[in-house]
Amino acid sequence: MSPVDRPSLSLLTAFGRQFRRHGQALMASLADVANPLLFFFMVVTLFPLGLGPDPLQLAAMAPGILWVVALLASLMVSARMFASDFEDGSLEQMALASHPLSVLALGEVAAHWLATGCLLALVSPLFAMMLGLPSQGLGVLMLSLLLGTLCLTLIGAVGSALTVSIRRGGLLLSLLIIPLNVPVLIFGTAAVTEAVMGRDPSTWLTLMGALAAAMLALAPLAVGAALRISLDS
Amino acid sequence: MVLLSAEEVSIERGERRLLQDVDLSVASGQIWQVLGANGVGKSSLLRALAGLARFGVEGSISRFERLLYLAHAPAIKRALSPLDNLRCHPACDITSTPAQISQALEAVQLGGFEHQPVGSLSAGQQRRVALARLLLSDAPLWLLDEPFTALDGAGCDWLEGCIRGHVSSGGAVMFTSHQPSRFSELQQDLDLAHYVAR
Repeated sequence: MSPVDRPSLSLLTAFGRQFRRHGQALMASLADVANPLLFFFMVVTLFPLGLGPDPLQLAAMAPGILWVVALLASLMVSARMFASDFEDGSLEQMALASHPLSVLALGEVAAHWLATGCLLALVSPLFAMMLGLPSQGLGVLMLSLLLGTLCLTLIGAVGSALTVSIRRGGLLLSLLIIPLNVPVLIFGTAAVTEAVMGRDPSTWLTLMGALAAAMLALAPLAVGAALRISLDS
Repeated sequence: MVLLSAEEVSIERGERRLLQDVDLSVASGQIWQVLGANGVGKSSLLRALAGLARFGVEGSISRFERLLYLAHAPAIKRALSPLDNLRCHPACDITSTPAQISQALEAVQLGGFEHQPVGSLSAGQQRRVALARLLLSDAPLWLLDEPFTALDGAGCDWLEGCIRGHVSSGGAVMFTSHQPSRFSELQQDLDLAHYVAR
């Protein structure tokens, strides 16, 4: 029933090439990379205007604001993660490769995370300072966003894989993945708040790390299966 | 040697049954042209034979060798150069060195365009990038969906020669096309009009 499997490229090479392919495509369309950052910047600029210029109030709300905006930015970009591959036929070819589809898709997700979530986490201290987040929270914010955006991107990848064949699947995608994003949001906000209060945030960061590790192990399998279903309809 | 066989395959799309009782067996050295009117299910049949569609496909399809499937959508990223597109092809079946890939691109008249973004090339040239994969893959069975589309006369002649070369070295090709037969003595026709579901 099955074809004779003789992978000609090693799994790691195949992963690396998918990573490179997607990374190059992302780099070529800088708008896609800059969009979430710009969104983040605009929202962070608007909050002080809406809430009033009281620095204490802003600082108290900053962890929550920053995390919610990061979540929305991630939601915004993850919706289109596999869309171009679906349209140009790349997904079909990935599904026909003798390598597991989940590993090849993970290569794409990794490139996607580096260009969006990871980048966002790295520049987040800048945005945090705009909201007056106390400096002892900056490191934890960045670390929690690094782990958190990894979770969000992986969850988004599953949602994107499930909805990629549906025209205007954006709303469905949001309904699907926002509930799954809630724990990440809670852990992340709690970690940053604890750090700002001068307490030890490691419990929350550990929980977040565990979540990221679990997602990293399980999400690719779900993505692979979801992509096959999407291709089949 | 049989590379692919299908027994009593029927294909449904949505609520509609397109084809039923398709029996075929593709052996090395054979060229099959799938014929049929628009919408009769040519592409659906190729997708099912490639193993991409399972829902709505009944009957048994056995694939005994690796295959290369070329769809309407070329699986080419517009932002990448032809060289990178082939090197990092999503099917992950190209092990050639960059020099070999450049050679293949020259064979499809794309010498000098290796490093330009594919998006800046014409539709026919983009098609040639996708077809250059035929020279680089070592899959014995080719399933080509409308491979002659967008090619100029010289391109069609090149592709014809490429297919002839592949079957003479033990491969097999199954393709869809509305063009008149090009491989008169070699090819066998699979006219889907006989299998339309009633």
